This record gives sequence, structure tokens and C-alpha cells, in this order.
Amino acid sequence: MSSAIQASLDTVAVAADSPEVEQPWAELGLKADEYDRIREILGRRPTIAELAMYSVMWSEHCSYKSSKVHLAQFSENTTDEMNEKLLVGIGENAGVVDIGDGWAVTFKVESHNHPSYVEPYQGAATGVGGIVRDIMSMGARPIAVMDSLRFGAIDHPDTLRVLPGIVAGVGGYGNCLGLPNIGGEVVFDPCYQGNPLVNALSVGKMRIEDIHLAKASGVGNKVILFGAKTGGDGIGGVSVLASETFDADGPAKRPAVQVGDPFAEKVLIECCLDLYAAHVVDGIQDLGGAGLSCATSELASNGDGGMRVWLDRVPLRDTSLRVEEILMSESQERMMAVVEPAKLEEFMAIAKRWDVEATVVGEVTDGKNLEVFWAEELIIDVPPRSVAHDGPIYNRPMQRPAYLDALQANVPDDLPRPGDGEGLKAALLALMASPNLCDKSWITNQYDRYVMGNTALAMPDDSGVVRVDEETGRGVAISTDCNSRYAKLDPYAGAQLALAEAYRNVATAGAVPLAISDCLNFGSPEDPGVMWQFAEAVRGIAQGCRTLGIPVTGGNVSLYNQTGDVAIHPTPLVAVLGVMDDVARRTPSGWKATVSEESAQAIYLLGTTADEFGGSAWTQVAHDHLGGLPPRVDLERERQLGEILAGASRDGLVMAAHDLSEGGLAVALAEASLRNGVGARIWLDEVCERDGVDAFTLLFSESTGRAIVAVPSIEQARFTDLCIAHGVAQARIGVVDDEARGLDVQGQFSLPLDQLSAAHTSTLPASFAAR
Amino acid sequence: MRIGVVTFPGSLDDHDARRAVRIAGGEPVSLWHGDDSLRDVDAVVLPGGFSYGDYLRAGAIARFAPVMSALIPAAKGGLPVLGICNGFQILCESHLLPGAMIQNDHRTFICRDQRLTVENATTAWTSDFGQGDEITIVLKNQDGQYVADQNTLDELESEGRVAFRYVVEDGGRNPNGSYRDIAGITNERGNVVGLMPHPEHAIEEGYGPSLDGLKFFTSVLTSVVSA
Repeated sequence: MSSAIQASLDTVAVAADSPEVEQPWAELGLKADEYDRIREILGRRPTIAELAMYSVMWSEHCSYKSSKVHLAQFSENTTDEMNEKLLVGIGENAGVVDIGDGWAVTFKVESHNHPSYVEPYQGAATGVGGIVRDIMSMGARPIAVMDSLRFGAIDHPDTLRVLPGIVAGVGGYGNCLGLPNIGGEVVFDPCYQGNPLVNALSVGKMRIEDIHLAKASGVGNKVILFGAKTGGDGIGGVSVLASETFDADGPAKRPAVQVGDPFAEKVLIECCLDLYAAHVVDGIQDLGGAGLSCATSELASNGDGGMRVWLDRVPLRDTSLRVEEILMSESQERMMAVVEPAKLEEFMAIAKRWDVEATVVGEVTDGKNLEVFWAEELIIDVPPRSVAHDGPIYNRPMQRPAYLDALQANVPDDLPRPGDGEGLKAALLALMASPNLCDKSWITNQYDRYVMGNTALAMPDDSGVVRVDEETGRGVAISTDCNSRYAKLDPYAGAQLALAEAYRNVATAGAVPLAISDCLNFGSPEDPGVMWQFAEAVRGIAQGCRTLGIPVTGGNVSLYNQTGDVAIHPTPLVAVLGVMDDVARRTPSGWKATVSEESAQAIYLLGTTADEFGGSAWTQVAHDHLGGLPPRVDLERERQLGEILAGASRDGLVMAAHDLSEGGLAVALAEASLRNGVGARIWLDEVCERDGVDAFTLLFSESTGRAIVAVPSIEQARFTDLCIAHGVAQARIGVVDDEARGLDVQGQFSLPLDQLSAAHTSTLPASFAAR
Repeated sequence: MRIGVVTFPGSLDDHDARRAVRIAGGEPVSLWHGDDSLRDVDAVVLPGGFSYGDYLRAGAIARFAPVMSALIPAAKGGLPVLGICNGFQILCESHLLPGAMIQNDHRTFICRDQRLTVENATTAWTSDFGQGDEITIVLKNQDGQYVADQNTLDELESEGRVAFRYVVEDGGRNPNGSYRDIAGITNERGNVVGLMPHPEHAIEEGYGPSLDGLKFFTSVLTSVVSA
């Protein structure tokens, strides 16, 4: 320890004797009343170390101070029936659900938006690393990741700076970690120009009895910091980056972004799993945002006593760090465990086998406070709950934005529509080549989707599907979705539409939806209009989940996503997880070639279509238009549709199924045909007549609650009976035709798959490929 | 039949390789990088991954692991060894196979279903294939560009030691810039094979692009029996 630190040490004793000292609370992001409250809690001024700890833990990112009052709706809307499958709910590092046969699955989505804008590669990489540690800290083996990415316009120069780095970061970290990346989204919209979104999801598995929690209990138990050394990276990352809007004129914030080492994390995963298997871990917490401040205060707050930490025992990469910097450092690949003294030796031996540095830095006490020492001097003495859980709560003003009436009144009804088959064909080609609907394999091929050998479906299928139990094939399907254009028009409906689509995608793969996680990306909570959007979206998800009967297991809130005064579209991302008895039987999204008479397949359209173009992909691509109202949501209908899709998969009644969403029926048919290069012949007249719509509307409207399925000829009667039993409209609209090598919409147009594929696959390479 | 699978820190496909051995009918045996014992196995798989993070150069550090001090002489003595991806890189770094692997020519990671031609169906790991068979297995790598000097390449070709080649469409290019479209090679004796793509991800119905990977593992079981 340097003598400089010693000399300038602001101890609890010094603080008590010097109430008049001016402190940099404002620079650390605290408001005046928040600082006053800290003084009130402590009965004195905080030491600089305490101030640092409170400032990070009371930041928006860590404390949820603006969102908490609204998030309560999630638990208020959780019924006993929904709770049955929930083993661990909101508030822990990640929620845990029971998927049957003694297996538990934990999953969560988290944002790493601002770091990824500042330093795309490291920001995205450490986003993956952080969510994976959350999953590990529940006692689980991580089994897959997904990434939902949102960028500015595809042709904006900054997108060219940000996208390749973010994609390489997601791949570089996840690939090296050995976790299959099984899906996600890539969306372009000018609203994300100065504020791209990187939402990373991870899912992990464990036996129910192996669930671990973040709590420090048992007087005398040792507190062990293990993994990487602590360095100067990411200091203040949470409070400064996640909780402050980017200002065009502000200083460069590069040093606040963490740097990842995926190899260290891979070793840490294996080490943790060996530690769990040896039953030597009593409590466990990952170190992410707010580093040691968060880990120590949360462990102590969740425990039944106090905790004492000797900060000078923390192994440092940079010995010039000040105490408050050590407390705030967000150096990656670190974990903290609580271990009984009798098991310490075994713990250390396992860590040594993996060459993971482990250090006893503290112990659980019978006191009430979290006490942190530096060279025998007490520098922190706080009630841990006041830091970790009883932070400020704001009931911020909310107001429906004034622009919304005009936006909703700007309906797309009068936009010129294609009037003939050639026009419909051109519209389909334009959509298939558009940045949001084009083939994403230039990106997804940079991710390893096969490692672990359990991947049954991955992008571009509707869900990612992985096996959990190698004996039985039991596994899970996950989909993440959000159409922020819908949410901009109506955040309540937009959030429910995100939920509906993710739910439908999981069912389409043949899984029974079980639970959700969310990542709520919004602008500044200090803007009443944004706060209203947020509240509406939360209300939409909470009520929607109740209707669908699936609980919210946890999630993440990311606010201050805006540049200057301009907020991003509200982006309430929803991840739905479903379960399957045997994932080898999952339903893929593409038509399969006909190999025998039995495998000749009829194509059915499930659900009905209305003229609903507000926020649609067609209005964006053809007219750069955003206005009107989004499609109507009917969650009860989604539930019925889901039961048909999961049931049909289980009973072997479908060979392929694809959800209808952006771009409607036309895009779904094109994607299902391109998936395996197997075409189809389609006729529309009967459905147009039944639903009272024209061919354009049937092809491009984005009405919800719809899917297309390929049914083997011999199963048609059973399949239609199933639809009738669930009261869902069905119509036979065509046949799979692998001879034609095209998508033939009778009476309208015929499109060779080669032409469709060329339009679909060239967009991303043309913008981003090096060669 | 005991087939060892080595786990280095940073190995990723070791579990998958053990599963492949088991499904093929062998007994998978875990080998640890820090032990210099091969535990009396009949063959060894060096699996894919990023051993030691591959921060220096892919496979460069793994080559010095204690387990390699046992494996290198055993391989020279005829023990069947299959190096997959990072395992191939380690075999090159260990000079059990000639040439080297550098970063993909397009400089991005690539993961895709890849068609290969079996160019040598007589090695310990390819005997269940037919000469010229076309197979589809998973390719996924960052440093997958096989390079060697002209003489080495000519020697490999003339001695039939190119074991696998990428199938390249007319006018297309192979997925990582490998010289002469080489995806895998063997030593003179045919017991040591290294290849970039991943057979262990193509062994089960419902997972992976095909079942073509299984024959790598059944081949070695046959060849060990007949040896």
C-alpha cells in the first residue's frame, strides 16, 4: 500500500470529526436530497469510500429508482397458478423456473447499451460476460446466449463504426466462452443513431436442488473474491455511463468501459461448477455493475448478519488505485463466494486446479453493518440494506406525449398501394432486401451456434432451441422480440405485441411457453413523456402475462437511452422461454423437400387478417412512414394458437411452422421457402373472400395471432380438427412444391427462389463485408 | 475401446467429443492438460476451443502442456490422434503435422454448415468413409486458414496426405482462405489427422447438419481393433 493512500485515508473516524468537508456528491451523480439522506442514515457525513459506494448503488442502473414503483405491477399481476413454476422470482440475479423432471432453468436479458456505443467491441463483449455471470451466480451452467441488437440507419457512417465492433464483440466473447448463440434480433432504425441497443440474454440449467442464492449468512463464514484481479477499468461505468444521457459536446468516456477476457470467464465457469458440485459454496454473487460495492452490500443485505471486508487484501492489477476506485471498479470475470471455514481448504484446492486466484477478503459477522477496512482503518460502516435495497424511490411525473395524437391520426390508409401482381412482387422483393427483414447470416455466422452439441434450432428459425437433458431430450425454446415502431405508436399495445410475438415464436417451434424476462430500454425518466411510455409498457407486459398465465421472472431496465433531448423509440424487449419434452422433435421454420407421397405437404394459414398497417414494415420500406395505430393484440387468441402449434408439434401433425409478424404473410412465405430452398404454390382468393381483404392486405398486413404451417397430406383432417377445437380460423392456402424452385402466388406473381435469395442475402454484405 | 479427450483450460468441445466417442460405441476417457499420463487410452482426440485463450497464437501454449509431453511421443509411435480445430492448431504447433493456421482471410469468425470431400479414406480416422465421399459437417473458426510453403503443399498432395478439402462452388472461395482448399491433413503413417471443421457436431439426429461426423469416430474404433 502506498503511503499516499494511507496519508489521505478518509476513515469513519475522520468523517465523524469533520462534518464540514465539502464532498463531490454532484460529480458522482447524486442529487442534493440523496446526499442529505446518506448523511441522515449514517448520522454523519459519509467517508469518500462510502460516498462512492452509495453513488454507484443509488444510480438509476443499480437502484431502479425511477422504475421500481412501476415494476411492482409484475408481482401484483402474478397469480398463484403462475407462481407454481417459478422457483426464484424477481430480485435475484436471475429468475429460475421449473421445467420438469427435476430440472431448473434460469434466464435473463440485460442491456449494455451505452458501453457498446462508446467502445463497441468491449461494450458488447462484456455485456455477454456480465449476463453469463448472472446465470452462473444462480448455481447454473450457462447453456446458450442470444443477442438483440439495434442500430441506427444502415447507411449512416456511425452504424459502420458501431455494428462490426458490436458483432465481433458478441462473437469474440461468446465463441471463446463456448456458449452457443442461438438467436436474437438485428434491427435498424434512425432512432438508435446515437444510442444503439445491445441486449444480451443468457440461459442456464441446473438440478432444482442446486439453486444458489446471493446471501452472506453464518457468522464466521469466509467471504472469498475469486477470478480476475481488480484493475482500473470500468470505474464509474454504471453511474456515469448507464445513468446519464450522451451529450454531443461531452468528454470522451472511453476509460469507463470495461475490458473483457473470455478465457478467464470460461475458466471461471468451469471452476464455479466444480465448486457447486463439491457443495463448498454457501452464497455466491457475481461482480458486475458497481463491482465490489454491489457484491458486498447485496450479499450482506440478503444475509442475516453483518459483513467485514479487508479491502487491502483485494488482488490488484494496478496498485495505484484509490480505495474508492477499488470499490467501484468493474473489472470483469470476478465472483464472490461465502464459504464455511471447514470447506475453505477444498474451495481453495478447486480454484487452484483451474488456476483461478481466490482470496479471503472478509467474513460474515454477527453485527448489523457492512464494515470495510483498509490497513486496519475502518473506512466504511454502513447498514447494507440502505446501500443495496433501500435506495431512493422516485414517483416521477408522467404525461402522455403531446405528439401522440397527431402521430396516431397520421394513419397509413391513404398511402399508395401496389395494384397488381407485378407491384406485389416488387413490394415483396423490397421488403426481403430491406435492412430489417434481410438475411442476417453475415452477422449470425460470426457466432458459434453449435458448441455444446445441444442446439436443435437457431437463427433464422423463430426460436432458439437447446437440449437441457441429454438422456431425455427435454429442453427449452427462447425468443426475444420487440417492434419499437409499434411501441412508439402505443407503448401499452407495443409491449403486448412484443410479448405476443415472442410467445408465438416459442409456440411455433413446438414449445409450451412458461415464463418471460424483459429488458426495458427507454429514454430519460426525467422526461414525463418517456416516463409515461415506460409505465404504459410495464402495464402492458404485466397484464399481458396475466392473460397468458406466464410469470415475469426478472429483467433489466435501461433508461437515459437518448441523444440530447431525443429519446429512442420505447423498446420493451420481451424474452419468452418455453419447454419441450424432446427438442429433437421441434418444428423448424422452413419447408422440407417432399421425399414420398406421405410427406407431400399442404400449407395452412392460421388466424385471420384485417387491414392493419400502422407501424408495419411495408409502410416503413415503401413510404418511410410511421403513424396510426399498431395491429390489435388478442392474447387469448395467441394462447389458443400457441396450444395448436405446441400440440401439433407434439403429435407430429406439422413438418414446418413459421410465425407471421413484420412483413406479414408474404415475408413469412418467402422466408419459409428460402430456409431450405424449397418453394411453394399459394392461392389467396378463398381467404381474401373470407376475411374481406384484398390480396395486398392479405400478403402484407401485420395482423397478430397468425402462423403458417406445413401439414403432411395424411394429417390434414386431424390438424383441422385441432384448429376447430381451439376456435382458431384455418385455411388451406397452398402446397409445398420443391420442383418449382420458386414462390408462386397464383393469379398474382411467380418469383424464382434464386431471385428472392439474391435480394435477401446481399444487403448486409454490401454494407459491412470486408471482401 | 478407450478414447481419450484432452481438456485444456479454454477447451470448448471436449464434452461434445466425449459424447461423439460414446455414440460411436467407444469409451470416452477425460484427460487433463496438467497430467502427463494418457491413462492407457487407445486413441486421443484434441478437441476444439481456445486453449489458454489462444492469446499468443492458436495452440502455441497448449503444445507445452504436460499432457503433450506424453502425447507427442505416443503419436510418433502410432497412437491414433485426431485434432479438431484448435486441436489441429495444436498438432501443427507440436510439429506432428506440417504447416500452420492463421486468421481467416476475411478476418471474421465463421460458423456454417460446410461441405467437404474425403480425399484420403485410409487413415485411422477416415477408414469408414469412401474415397471421394462428400460430407457436410460444421465449420466454425477464427484462425482456420491453413498455410504451408509450396514444397510442403506439393509433398502433402503427392503423398495423398490431404485428408479433406473444402467443396468450393464454381467461382467461389473456400471459407477461410486455406491454401489449396485444404480442410484436413494426415501424417505419413495415417494415425494423426488434423482438420478444421467439427465432426463432433454432426452425430445426432436433430442436432447439427448431418450424421456424417460419426464415421470419424467409428473409423478409429475399427482401426484400433485391426491394429
